Amino acid sequence: MIYSLCFILFIIGLYCVLTKKNMVKIVIGLVIMEYGVNLFLVLVGYRRDGVAPIMDKTTDPLEFLATSVDPLPQALVVTSIVIGLGVTTLAIALCIKLYEKYGTFDISEIRRLKG
Amino acid sequence: MGIEIYLLVLLIFIIVGALIAVEAKNLLSAVISLGAVGFGLSIAFLFLRAPDLAIVQIAVEVILLIFFIRATIGRDIIPAKGHIHWAGLVVVCLLMVAVFVFGFFAFRSLNEFGAPIIASVQDAPSNKYLKDGLKETGAANIVTAVLLDYRAYDTLGEATVLFAAIIGALAVLRGRAATEKTGSRRNVSRRTESRRAGSEGRKDK
Repeated sequence: MIYSLCFILFIIGLYCVLTKKNMVKIVIGLVIMEYGVNLFLVLVGYRRDGVAPIMDKTTDPLEFLATSVDPLPQALVVTSIVIGLGVTTLAIALCIKLYEKYGTFDISEIRRLKG
Repeated sequence: MGIEIYLLVLLIFIIVGALIAVEAKNLLSAVISLGAVGFGLSIAFLFLRAPDLAIVQIAVEVILLIFFIRATIGRDIIPAKGHIHWAGLVVVCLLMVAVFVFGFFAFRSLNEFGAPIIASVQDAPSNKYLKDGLKETGAANIVTAVLLDYRAYDTLGEATVLFAAIIGALAVLRGRAATEKTGSRRNVSRRTESRRAGSEGRKDK
């Protein structure tokens, strides 16, 4: 159920990328897809009634092993979020530059591919 | 059961925000709805016992919002003039329904929500990280131990990609100012000529 809702988020992003003509809208669609995937990866690693994968002095190691949520998806999703920031920044920079050159965000009007 | 209710409400909020971001006519309100989606996501990470992720998500979301607002402020969507391709729209919707049905059945082969793979597979790498992480790396936060010790090369690659993307964005954004400072006269005249041709082409349309 929760997986399906998360997948709906991904589908909304996909719809936005496929049908919108505005460049900024397309970038927004990409960001929404990225959010859906990140959330899905963290959902897969969740353990019911789990604790965060952070130890302190009073933690019993065996109990921690049995109750902590999966730390590996979390570590990789941190990487994924930061890379998503870089990619989105580059895409927005291209949008700004194209707006300066053509005066519009509409991709159907940006046809002339000259230097 | 408790956390699933919270997550459902939060996910519905996120989906509504995403729909508004996709369909809003004003670009600035679309961008702000995207910000709402991102902050809702960071609350979802908190519920899922991932505080590091929540912090990173908030920081990234703020930076992203600043960039988006810089790109969109004062620029509305001009409604497209040409006719809408209904056939294409129908094909896209059918495709997405097909993808959703496929994903729905694919998710059945996964473990139930709340029962991760590390609970059923005893020699999964995460179990080793949880068991030996403090002893081997000295980091009490296992996520940090994975990020900066067990998979440090992955983090190095992440930093490389981030720097490459930032250098790319800077190169794209500064372009003209740099060439006008150092460029020759011939270059400049050719550029103005092409710009004039471009504006004429726009007028023709």
